Amino acid sequence: MRFTGKVWRYGDNVDTDVIIPARYLNTADMKELALHAMEDIDPTFAGKVKEGDMIVAGKNFGCGSSREHAPGALKAAGVACVVAESFARIFYRNAINIGLPLIELGEGDINIKAGDMLAVDLAAGQAENLASGEKFAIPALPGFIQDIAQAGGLVPYTQQLLAKKK
Amino acid sequence: MARAMTMTEKIFAAHAGLSEVQPGQLIKAKLDLVLGNDITSPPAIKEFEQISDKVFDKDKIVLVPDHFTPNKDIKSAEMAKTMREFARKQNITHYFEVGRMGIEHVLLPEQGLVAPGEVIIGADSHTCTYGAVGAFATGVGSTDMACAMATGETWFKVPASIKVELTGKLTKWVSGKDVVLTLIGMIGVDGARYQSLEFAGPGVASLTMTDRLTISNMAIEAGAKNGIFPVDSITEQYLTGRVKRAYTPVAADPGAEYIRTITINLEKLTPVVALPHLPENVRPVSEMALTPINQVIIGSCTNGRIEDLAQAAAIFDGKQVHEDVRAIIIPGSQDVYLEAVKLGYVEIFVKAGAVVSTPTCGPCLGGHMGIMAKGERAVATTNRNFRGRMGHVDSEVYLASPAVAAASAVLGRIAGPEEVA
Repeated sequence: MRFTGKVWRYGDNVDTDVIIPARYLNTADMKELALHAMEDIDPTFAGKVKEGDMIVAGKNFGCGSSREHAPGALKAAGVACVVAESFARIFYRNAINIGLPLIELGEGDINIKAGDMLAVDLAAGQAENLASGEKFAIPALPGFIQDIAQAGGLVPYTQQLLAKKK
Repeated sequence: MARAMTMTEKIFAAHAGLSEVQPGQLIKAKLDLVLGNDITSPPAIKEFEQISDKVFDKDKIVLVPDHFTPNKDIKSAEMAKTMREFARKQNITHYFEVGRMGIEHVLLPEQGLVAPGEVIIGADSHTCTYGAVGAFATGVGSTDMACAMATGETWFKVPASIKVELTGKLTKWVSGKDVVLTLIGMIGVDGARYQSLEFAGPGVASLTMTDRLTISNMAIEAGAKNGIFPVDSITEQYLTGRVKRAYTPVAADPGAEYIRTITINLEKLTPVVALPHLPENVRPVSEMALTPINQVIIGSCTNGRIEDLAQAAAIFDGKQVHEDVRAIIIPGSQDVYLEAVKLGYVEIFVKAGAVVSTPTCGPCLGGHMGIMAKGERAVATTNRNFRGRMGHVDSEVYLASPAVAAASAVLGRIAGPEEVA
């Protein structure tokens, strides 16, 4: 799967309360939540994000609450993938479980700026910053986490597992 | 002979049917309990219904409507209704209705639903609280909860463990909250990311169960997967009369490998606060310049237990809440509420000019019962001080112990307990 999108750039410790504030969690309708995605850190995001855009951030992206509404709102807003130095573990799990691709690059400077165009090829395990020409490898997901991602998330994966058992 | 393992590794090995596991290994583990609340359960139920029509075990699922209850608006009432109807349809044993409930992480240990050696997941990040009784417990999302309700198992990556060696004893007015905030201040909000925090050392014996529950509760605030305590006589005493089923405590093996050891001398700790907007911004209360406040929250899954209210009552007794402050006190469960009534704490709070609420997560996550306006500042015994967490994006939360929160309520500024008591 290869896709190209514009980068939204954020810093370290972007928490799930700013990705989707709890005041909106009286619904689990992800399309509705997408209208408020990133609102408390970037009020322009929800109005301007386009299908296929990507978020690039620093370390510990998605820390805090276990609300799956966070990756859910980003996915529903059209975000194609999130690239970060590192992810908080519940966010990481949740994103894989709902089929939102994540790219964890390891800690260090990421030379990607807001507005850069990024081309990502998940199958080939490679990404390219079209603005700078810089290429970087996407670390492969380990073991059956790969299978979950390939099935499109944990629900289809579990459906397949239960079907096999029958 | 299996390799020497940490507490978490031993619990995982036992639940994965393996003689040993090591950090980094992916396993599938049997679950002893699956938890959800009124925010996370409705999406989980929707996904569950795509997979199965019957839960794996009606006795091993706990549903607690605690976040937006008693319902704050029509939409949240609909979500609670979804969960209630699912509980009835699936004949879930442990569904707790408003009036009989509590904040999930206060309620479950109190009701004996979590025990040493067990594996528990909950669709709430503070599920790690149950590490205090020597269980492996961690937060997950709604999809994990959905699949776990169908299959009774889930996948884990075995975490490496950090040993937190505690020595000495806490001094007066210093409690579990100060211990965990100090730890987070030392290692940062991602200092234990993907890892287990395992508490050990002679200092453990001096910590009450309430202290331990507070400490394990905030393991997630250091990014940890779980925060686990050894099982000792204090744990056993707490569990007696609560847990009626058999359980198997584990202890770390001598020679178990830890990726780092952090030592904290409890004797040296002082009351601290975590400044906005990260729990790692920890400073001694004594070093805080004059910082006026508008609101105080005492309660939450972190500090909503009876000993927490006892600390607050000791400060408030015979005093008045400062005229510029709204003080909101939230017992963590119906049992805690009743106990606070019997012990006279509620009378002390009301006479001091504080509000005493029914159990709810409410203000902690900016849900209801104490939302702040632009520019307002709170001292709260809750667990997160992220931007906009308790209301307006330009409001501020300072995290502290019940003693510090109560003292601050009386003086109208961030204050240490010794300034009032």
